[in-house]
Amino acid sequence: MGNGTSIGRVRGLGSAHSGAHHWLLQRFTAIGNLLLMTYLLVSFLLLPNLSYMAVNDWLAHSIPATAVGLLVISLFWHAKLGLQVVIEDYVHESASKFACIAALNLAAFGGAGFGVFSIVRIALGAA
Amino acid sequence: MAPAPNRPTSPHLQIWRWGPAMAISILHRVTGTGLATFGLGILLWWLCALASGPDAYASFTGWVWADLGSLEWDGFGAIVASLVRVALKVLMIGLSWSFFEHLLSGLRHFVLDIGAGYEVDSNNRWSAILPVVAILLTAAFWAALLLR
Repeated sequence: MGNGTSIGRVRGLGSAHSGAHHWLLQRFTAIGNLLLMTYLLVSFLLLPNLSYMAVNDWLAHSIPATAVGLLVISLFWHAKLGLQVVIEDYVHESASKFACIAALNLAAFGGAGFGVFSIVRIALGAA
Repeated sequence: MAPAPNRPTSPHLQIWRWGPAMAISILHRVTGTGLATFGLGILLWWLCALASGPDAYASFTGWVWADLGSLEWDGFGAIVASLVRVALKVLMIGLSWSFFEHLLSGLRHFVLDIGAGYEVDSNNRWSAILPVVAILLTAAFWAALLLR
């Protein structure tokens, strides 16, 4: 790092200037998780039972489908931000770190996409 | 690039002295990692099973919430399948506990974010109380779900 001068070393090792944004998004998605997980768990408790018929009929309605769809997005976003910090803390070698975060991004977008697709399929009654 | 020698590193279990604040901090990270991996995996399995119809949903519930009294133990394949079902049931309960633990330690972070709760006594007290509350909430949730 750096070219040997002290200012070069400081610049190379300094802040990435994107930490506050990451930190804030972690909080915003946490609030989304809090509201929507509360909605999901209360809905579970209010359903007559958790049979296929009961759950599928419930999730096929527009408000539950929208809420659980947004929950999937909020959860995967929050999980991606959190796991990224874990990787940054414990994977020290920069090539491995880059590979881990790249794989994490693929998994987070893939998982969220698959979850939302499944909800759309339930809501539109394809099964 | 190799890290420079004198850069600060993250806390490690080997370096930090155990205490309530340190314990709830590592619990937050452990439960968050568990929820982000196993929890989201189960969530997607659930949604995929729902979207795939009654048979897929029955298969899903048969794996993650099997009736432990009617498990089969004849033959190697049956034993492995039964052990997986027991492990998944433990995982489901563990994930529900992880959710409440992560929720409460996350709310603790919101309090710390506004600059409150740093006094040693109150910090230690809340760090010790919240994991107990998480266990009580987990028990209350399952009781409400299973005994209704």
